[in-house]
Amino acid sequence: MAEVATELQKKEVETKEGIERTRTRKVYTPAVDIIEKKGEIVVVADMPGVDEKSLDVTLERNVLTLYGRVEPAIPEGHRLIASEYGIGDYQRVFALSDEIDRDRIRAIVKNGVLRLVLPKAESAKTRKIAVTVE
Amino acid sequence: MLMTNFARLFDPWDEFERMRQPFFSQTAPSNAEFPAFNVWVSGDDAIVTSELPGMDRGAIEISVVEKTLTVRGSRRSEELAEGESFHRKERWFGQFTKTFELPFGIDAEKVRAQLAGGVLEISLPRAEAEKPRKIEIKSE
Repeated sequence: MAEVATELQKKEVETKEGIERTRTRKVYTPAVDIIEKKGEIVVVADMPGVDEKSLDVTLERNVLTLYGRVEPAIPEGHRLIASEYGIGDYQRVFALSDEIDRDRIRAIVKNGVLRLVLPKAESAKTRKIAVTVE
Repeated sequence: MLMTNFARLFDPWDEFERMRQPFFSQTAPSNAEFPAFNVWVSGDDAIVTSELPGMDRGAIEISVVEKTLTVRGSRRSEELAEGESFHRKERWFGQFTKTFELPFGIDAEKVRAQLAGGVLEISLPRAEAEKPRKIEIKSE
């Protein structure tokens, strides 16, 4: 049977040369949707296996980092006979522009999906400039 | 636990990366991508796991006939209101059907599935009649 479709492949995070991770576990890049709304920007990230306790969202200067820890669960006494995906942590880093109101950022995690709401700062909301005739 | 000790020696995921054989059969009518599955077996049962983030129980359908397990599901795309737009759209959406031929018959009555944090785990006990039996050897 010819298989036209492709499987979803998890992408591993690339590390810069010379930098090593302290943990041996794999780290994947979560797939994200970024939606621009009127008053806010919404980042939706697929991070299956992550809950509110194992997810860190940090903002340092302009850098927003999502890091989700996933404990690989190997069923006891079982062997893997077919494997299409690996299990590991998730990491993704975004550079934010200044227009975000940092104090009002909200993060919700449900069914392994992180929803991050980044409200735009008042000053960044589009202002209509009145043009007057002399 | 086991993972941390053994991870330095070998990574089971790497090991099985090479085993990507046509074990699964699948169809995707609306989107050319599928969620990935892992299959574990022991003498007594099989455990099938998949990462299905953002899907709730109602969106997943599981059926078992003898050795064959079928998982169907669908996930919707984020909906946009007027004036909203996507900067990035990487998350998959659409319908999928995945069929597995397990190495042994399944006791369909005892199949259990749970969904937690976007991870689906289906536990499929081996049919009683097919369990390996230890044969006593009699001496005359």
